[in-house]
Amino acid sequence: MSLSPVEGVALAEIESGTDPSGPAVKGVVGRSPGQLAWLRLRRDRTAMVSGVLLIFFLLLGLAAPLIEMAYGIGPREQFQNMLDGFGMPLGYAGGVSGEHWFGLEPGLGRDIFIRLIYGLRTSLFIAFAAALITATIGIVLGALAGYLGGWLDAVINWITDLTLAMPFLIIALALTPTITLRFYGERGQVSSAFGVGVLIAVFAIFGWTSTARLVRGQVIALREREFVEAARASGAGLGHMLFRQLLPNIWAPILVSFSLAVPQFITSEAALSFIGVGLSDETPSFGRMIYRSLDFLQTDPAYVFFPGITIFALVFAFNLFGDALRDALDPKSSR
Amino acid sequence: MARFLLKRLFSATLTLFAVSVLTFLMFFALPRDPVSSICSKNCNPERLERVRDDLGLNDPLISQYAGYMKGIVTGRDLGSAQGGRCDAPCLGWSYVTNEAVSDTIARVLPVTLSIVIPAAILWLLLGVGLGMVSALRRGTWLDRLAIGFSLTGASLQLYFVGAVLLLVFVYNLRLLPVPSYTSIFDNPAKWASGLVLAWVALAFLFSAIYARLSRAQMLETLSEDFVRTARAKGLAKPTVYGRHALRAAITPVVTIAGLDVGGALGGTVITETTFGIQGLGRTAVDAVRSGDLPTIMATVLIAAVFVVLANVLVDLLYAAIDPRVRLR
Repeated sequence: MSLSPVEGVALAEIESGTDPSGPAVKGVVGRSPGQLAWLRLRRDRTAMVSGVLLIFFLLLGLAAPLIEMAYGIGPREQFQNMLDGFGMPLGYAGGVSGEHWFGLEPGLGRDIFIRLIYGLRTSLFIAFAAALITATIGIVLGALAGYLGGWLDAVINWITDLTLAMPFLIIALALTPTITLRFYGERGQVSSAFGVGVLIAVFAIFGWTSTARLVRGQVIALREREFVEAARASGAGLGHMLFRQLLPNIWAPILVSFSLAVPQFITSEAALSFIGVGLSDETPSFGRMIYRSLDFLQTDPAYVFFPGITIFALVFAFNLFGDALRDALDPKSSR
Repeated sequence: MARFLLKRLFSATLTLFAVSVLTFLMFFALPRDPVSSICSKNCNPERLERVRDDLGLNDPLISQYAGYMKGIVTGRDLGSAQGGRCDAPCLGWSYVTNEAVSDTIARVLPVTLSIVIPAAILWLLLGVGLGMVSALRRGTWLDRLAIGFSLTGASLQLYFVGAVLLLVFVYNLRLLPVPSYTSIFDNPAKWASGLVLAWVALAFLFSAIYARLSRAQMLETLSEDFVRTARAKGLAKPTVYGRHALRAAITPVVTIAGLDVGGALGGTVITETTFGIQGLGRTAVDAVRSGDLPTIMATVLIAAVFVVLANVLVDLLYAAIDPRVRLR
């Protein structure tokens, strides 16, 4: 394939590199690219709204135990007395009331609102942890592959192809119980923290390839630039070259890909718990709730909407913010 | 061209080989004894041992793997407990479903194909069409509508969309039957009405991504010199946009589409679970749950074959679409 995306990237780098120096030359105000991006982000209404929404979600997740105290109901409490003979919640819209804001789960009679709050906490924690780990692995491997090239590049590329060829959901589905059984044996009581850890590990194994590809391309575009050559000529070591010379120049696309990776992991976590992997029913999770709600579509349609709309709002806010961030960091991009 | 194809096919084979080895190792690392799930409680040790022998579980790993691979290429003789002779694409015998795995696959593969192929046609047409239109009518209400559509679709979850569709069209309006699979050759109308919700749900979510991507690509292409030149030469707008610009804009879309369609053909796990249709994806999930090793192996391998083949196909399509691309 002779059409490489790298050439385009290199061109964009060179052109946008002259941008920030423009105002400074005119003697208006000297601003770093970071400050410029922050200003653009502040002026973007979508970015501000979605950013506030995101902070709201983060606070909700962080403050889950406080909310539980204020709300007075725990995520595992059951209210069988509020259900009718068939296990359906009494009252309208799945038992929505002043006491149970989003109603009750049919069958077990657990409070949906507090389970959503705890589900949010689990989901955000897993997504952020997975995004951080995959970004780290991807940056290191991608930078190494791009900078050193040769056989290392070939091997890392091939592993990327291999990872893409594996059906993620099925492998994850099979891998999670395998790892759990290895550690706990057939009878052991699996702690929910361990389940969360296994999920993050599975995401880490499969998720680093896209960041690695991105960083590799960017590093290749920078590799032959003068400042890299200069650093090399002054005898800079590999670590200095990668983390002091190359990385500071490509943090913008990495940040964008990180901010768009988080909602992807939220989605994947929900999808995995939807097909029943990883987290036990004890741990509140969006995917698990929606899976359970499918059985009650006809009898209690409200049950599917609360988790469904919450996860949509969460992912939507992340996607909007990621887009706005991209616009702010790279004003040339047209979405 | 031929050399390029050979090279690509070689690396594809290598990838598939690695996938098969990895899957094999991964599932043999399963601490759960595959035999114990076959005969659960009322199983005496002798019978357990015989089944284990039949399955070849007492052989070393390498010869088990070699036997499995040989079965795929030339077929092999399994014990009488496993249905005797197993013909060429032999994927083993499942003790859980009590049939040859290739028979199971032959039954569920058409289901997944029936879901994915119409859905893919729908999402490509809708997505690329919407992206084109919104790029050409940039800044109008149509463009804003398309952007809103693609942002919403990209953030929605398939199971939620599926649940809402089921709720509205099946349970409330009763316009459609409960989703199920009928062969297209038996009853095309029933085939379509049983699967249309799955197509719509998949197409809605995927076309959002394609609309976004093709809009961005189209905008970039429209600002290029060759488009202006073509217009200046006096070519009609439809010719310039439909032939010249679209061709240049569509290459990245083709890459993503190849990966997506290849991945989806390997089993639309979530779609099949949401709509309760037994395709390749559901079969894989069931196999994992019941520890049905031969079926897991087969489904993972088939999924990998689809992805790898789709990648080769994408490379070939690239050359067909974009004359600047030379295959080396």
